[in-house]
Amino acid sequence: MTDPAGMTINELQHLLRSRQLSAAELVAAHFSRIESIDPKVKAYLRLTADIAADQAAAADRALKSGEAGPLAGIPIAIKDVLCVRGVETTAGSQILRGFKPPYTGTAVARLFDAGAVMLGMTNCDEFAMGSSTENSSYFPTHNPWALDRVPGGSSGGSAAAVSSGQAVVALGTDTGGSIRQPAALTGVVGMKPTYGRVSRYGLIAFASSLDQIGPFARCVDDAAITLALMAGRDPLDATSSDRPGRDVLNNYGAGVKGMRLGVPREYYEVEGIEAGVKSAIDAAIKSLEGAGAEIVDVALPHTDYGLAAYYIIAPAECSSNLARFDGVRYGLSSIDAPNVTDAYMKTRRHGFGTEVRRRVMLGTYALSSGYYDAYYVKAQKVRTLIKRDFDAAFEKCDAIVSATSPTVAFPIGSRTQDPLSMYLCDVLTLGGNLAGLPGISVPCGMSDGLPVGLQVLAPQWGESVALRVARTYEQASGVKAEVAPL
Amino acid sequence: MLARLGLEPGDEEFYAEQLSGILGHIDRLQQLDTEAIPPTAQVVEIANPLRDDVPRPGLSQEDALANAPAAVDGSFRVPSIQEET
Repeated sequence: MTDPAGMTINELQHLLRSRQLSAAELVAAHFSRIESIDPKVKAYLRLTADIAADQAAAADRALKSGEAGPLAGIPIAIKDVLCVRGVETTAGSQILRGFKPPYTGTAVARLFDAGAVMLGMTNCDEFAMGSSTENSSYFPTHNPWALDRVPGGSSGGSAAAVSSGQAVVALGTDTGGSIRQPAALTGVVGMKPTYGRVSRYGLIAFASSLDQIGPFARCVDDAAITLALMAGRDPLDATSSDRPGRDVLNNYGAGVKGMRLGVPREYYEVEGIEAGVKSAIDAAIKSLEGAGAEIVDVALPHTDYGLAAYYIIAPAECSSNLARFDGVRYGLSSIDAPNVTDAYMKTRRHGFGTEVRRRVMLGTYALSSGYYDAYYVKAQKVRTLIKRDFDAAFEKCDAIVSATSPTVAFPIGSRTQDPLSMYLCDVLTLGGNLAGLPGISVPCGMSDGLPVGLQVLAPQWGESVALRVARTYEQASGVKAEVAPL
Repeated sequence: MLARLGLEPGDEEFYAEQLSGILGHIDRLQQLDTEAIPPTAQVVEIANPLRDDVPRPGLSQEDALANAPAAVDGSFRVPSIQEET
């Protein structure tokens, strides 16, 4: 049997449906790859071999009887912030150590219904707060392309799992860039949908007005299929849209001929962008132009204020979301402290890591009376300005193209002492969250042996546009997400 | 105190320095005149979706208590909120 590492959903479905490969064999091949390479990469926090065996057996039965779903037998990895019934889910935090959710979240449940096979939970920054996966309370994950470098974050474990052939597809979450940035840094495809496209039911909340669940994959096709299966109305998330999930595939193969692609000066020349990243993006833009797109200049004049607005809004929302961790209903507990205040203090002192505490402090401060107007309301008004920037830009173009990250993957430990330098990783992605836009990162070559990602942002509910541009680029350039050589 | 983070001696200086740096960056927001700009709390068009009030099963008591650090008589045990008199 050929090594299934590096194969796409379509290729694997062909093998599975023609009975050249069984789901059980495919899972076994993945676990043996995990056993040999994950000690180096450390993408997974915990494996779910029993669940995988049951799901693979069910997939094989469905394949035999001709009732197999579109993901039958496909091995997937899940970020440790998405609840799966009975599987320890901790958001990379000590405060949830041992927590086994009593239910499975909607996005994950829909992939299970389509036949996917869960391999395990992947590492991430604690409560998805970070851009390098170094804020995991367990261990850092290593970039499969250079083991002394970060995979990006916060969904770094999911990105690294797909990049190193340890899963075909993985789920992540994106609050300021946490899918797109690690996808760029590890050389895979990663997509953040429009806010409201995918139900957040069963997602451990970080910043509720920004969080979205999305896929990592080795090609745009796989990301598109996975997203279409997860998307659509869920009565358990009132912010989920009733637009049909299949809409994301509209005109999927139509190419970019006649499409206007905007290049915002503020993104193209963003402070700190590396020369190697810039030349990879130049080549990508040329390639899209060659495929028939018209390249136009657009402006996003409030870009310089995005990071500041984001670092008020996201911490404000996180400080209230994380108030629920009181040691009473689940997780770490110091319930036997002499009084209730001591019990809370002790639980949260031992349960939360440095970055989480920093953001809770920042958010509590921004929401406190006396500072509320100066910080929180001000940031919300700037959010309006940023959204208007995008609205104006999209009157001149159908989609926006830029680098996903100003830099390639950086060495482990190089930014942990300076939080602001870490926050700047997301300067090209967080605008998409503030404005609720869909965005995809697709591999666009290498700089000094490390992957570079091209970001495509589209208007709200324009996933199909972003996917079309990304797929056209992928085909025109011939740049493929390769499995990192390990 | 408000966030009940249980800071330890030395923590305050550590965080104060880092947070001053971050707040220094955030202060650039004050350069913008936003007097006439409405705040944005959420960005998509969805507004107050309603559904029929149909009863459905919730979590069983057993499931709800399964992760409890301490449970007594089918309930969560909580820290005392009043001093004993």
